[in-house]
Amino acid sequence: MLGRYLFRRACAAVITLFGVSVLIFLIARIIPGDPARIALGDTATLEQIAQFRKTLRLDDPLPVQYLTYMQGVIKGDLGISIYTGGAVLEDLQRTFPATLELVMVSAMLMIIIGIPLGTLAGRYRDSFIDNFTRLFSLIGVVTPGFVWAVFLLLVFAYWLEILPVTGRLSEGIPPPPHITGLFLIDSAFAGQWATFKDAFLHIIMPGISLSLASIGQTTRMTRANVGESYDRTYIEFARAYGFNEFRIAAKYALRPAMIPTLTILGLDIAIKFGGAFLIETVYAWPGMARYGVRVILHKDLNAIVGVVVIIGFFFVLINLIVDMIVAFVDPRIRLGSRAR
Amino acid sequence: MSELPLLEVRNLHLTFDLYEGKAHVLNGVDITIRNGERVGLVGESGCGKSIMARAILGLAARSNIEMSGEIRYHGANLFGLGPQAWRGLRGRKMSMIFQDPVAALNPVFTIEDQMIEVVRRGDKAKSRKEAIAIAIAALRQVAIDEPERVLASYPFQLSGGMNQRVIISMALVNEPELVFADEPGTSLDVTVQEQTLRLMTRLTKDVGAAVLLIAHNLGVVREFCERVYVMYAGMIVEEGPVKELFANPKHPYTQALFSAVPKLTGEGLPKSIDGMIPDYTHAPEGCRFHPRCPHVRPECLKPPPFVTVGPDHRARCILYTDAGAKEPAHV
Repeated sequence: MLGRYLFRRACAAVITLFGVSVLIFLIARIIPGDPARIALGDTATLEQIAQFRKTLRLDDPLPVQYLTYMQGVIKGDLGISIYTGGAVLEDLQRTFPATLELVMVSAMLMIIIGIPLGTLAGRYRDSFIDNFTRLFSLIGVVTPGFVWAVFLLLVFAYWLEILPVTGRLSEGIPPPPHITGLFLIDSAFAGQWATFKDAFLHIIMPGISLSLASIGQTTRMTRANVGESYDRTYIEFARAYGFNEFRIAAKYALRPAMIPTLTILGLDIAIKFGGAFLIETVYAWPGMARYGVRVILHKDLNAIVGVVVIIGFFFVLINLIVDMIVAFVDPRIRLGSRAR
Repeated sequence: MSELPLLEVRNLHLTFDLYEGKAHVLNGVDITIRNGERVGLVGESGCGKSIMARAILGLAARSNIEMSGEIRYHGANLFGLGPQAWRGLRGRKMSMIFQDPVAALNPVFTIEDQMIEVVRRGDKAKSRKEAIAIAIAALRQVAIDEPERVLASYPFQLSGGMNQRVIISMALVNEPELVFADEPGTSLDVTVQEQTLRLMTRLTKDVGAAVLLIAHNLGVVREFCERVYVMYAGMIVEEGPVKELFANPKHPYTQALFSAVPKLTGEGLPKSIDGMIPDYTHAPEGCRFHPRCPHVRPECLKPPPFVTVGPDHRARCILYTDAGAKEPAHV
């Protein structure tokens, strides 16, 4: 049952990603702007440009271009980036873990702060703590991440000088051996605690900047759904039987409330992969989101397709994971509710 | 009868502080329940029956609710007890059977999870295994043939009647002294309702629990209860033994309730009571029923006296005082 479900979802995911790749391949080529002209600059002659377009095979008909590209993809070659001059695959291997690490830290903050805070506010609706939480989460939601980024930079790096300004590691600190590409995990694995500490200090501010909006969003969603739980008879039932208040909140009210919350939470995490670019720009974080924006501005066709397909892949993957968690949490989905 | 009653509610007031003003939802309620007694509480929807049960359980406290009066349990005032001690009574000494069993059970946990939590309140089970054994025995008590299967199910996998029986077994598993039954089974079909009441009667007798049955169905009260309170707009308007009160309803509201019941003999159509339950923020002065009462007179604007009208039978109406008797009281 579960195996068949997973297989179906995986097939759907492959089709979705294929569709995404075709679309982005075409859109990148159809929108105005000549990649060769951008790459060679204003001073290039028409011959030089024509020559370059030929190297890039930009004059072939679109279906032919796509087939050529796909032939490469099957062999594990995502093409050459005009912007960096290197292989797109290598660029992604270098930049993607940086973004993944940032997204994971920010997602963790969003879950471990947003859900308890939202539960607390939903439990004590209209109390002081609820009003404070609502204000806090509203400020989080309406303030763009890069504003936080600049603000934190000013306070902790410029005034207090307790956190490093940019990058993933300080100069002179050796990067950990490449296992996952996530510095925190790799350095902990290798026992390089100096590197771990440095990487940790570097990720604090970008992690927080990237998470504040989604912490606010998660808090608000959780608050609303937990609050709705508290209006239900089953909470009154739990109280009428003297269940412990903490257990009521953390178990009997939160679990039903998580069902609608989880879906939004998953989308919030997925969006971070693309949304991280402003944060990465402010902190000079060598991540894929920043890379993605640069290659778009340079109309770096192969790199654009690579970045978009990776982001698309994580969207699909996270949605799949969320759907499975929802099915786990909600027996009515897992077992199929009989109509009554 | 000098024994201390199980529950005495004395002069209970409950006020909602609303945007529109203060709503006096309970206006000096007095209720007594003795050990093992089955008491009915009847009245229209919205007259304060359910909120009173919740107030006794200690579930009514909200920031916008004010309460005063006394709720004495074995003689001790629960208001002076503190919320933790009050919670200690719930699920152990007091329990409640809800109107809609499907809504009362949490949809995302198995019956086992929820039932174990209740059994554990009783402090009889030392381990989960023991708790499950107790739960299984309790489910057998309510005529569930496959308790293991029921325990492993989620509420949505069971029928309404089955859920109702699960709730009844939860209500009685810790052998409480007082069970509140808030219109049990009225969300289900009539057969299941009947079944529910039978089960409840038998099992509460077995454990010797007193019952406060909240109902708007008079037939149910007649069949199930020994004594009955009639409530209107947050006031007890009449009380008495079921037989006496059903034979001789005295308060005009009680009489109106009875004439609103369709008769099997078919003589005459049921009469509805004109008007509506009053707006609690602007409740009528004196007797709260007077705007709808066919016998209304100027004295009704004063607080009505609680008059003895028969053996253990009292009605809160001016008609049965010397002053009221001057004019012919056609009943």
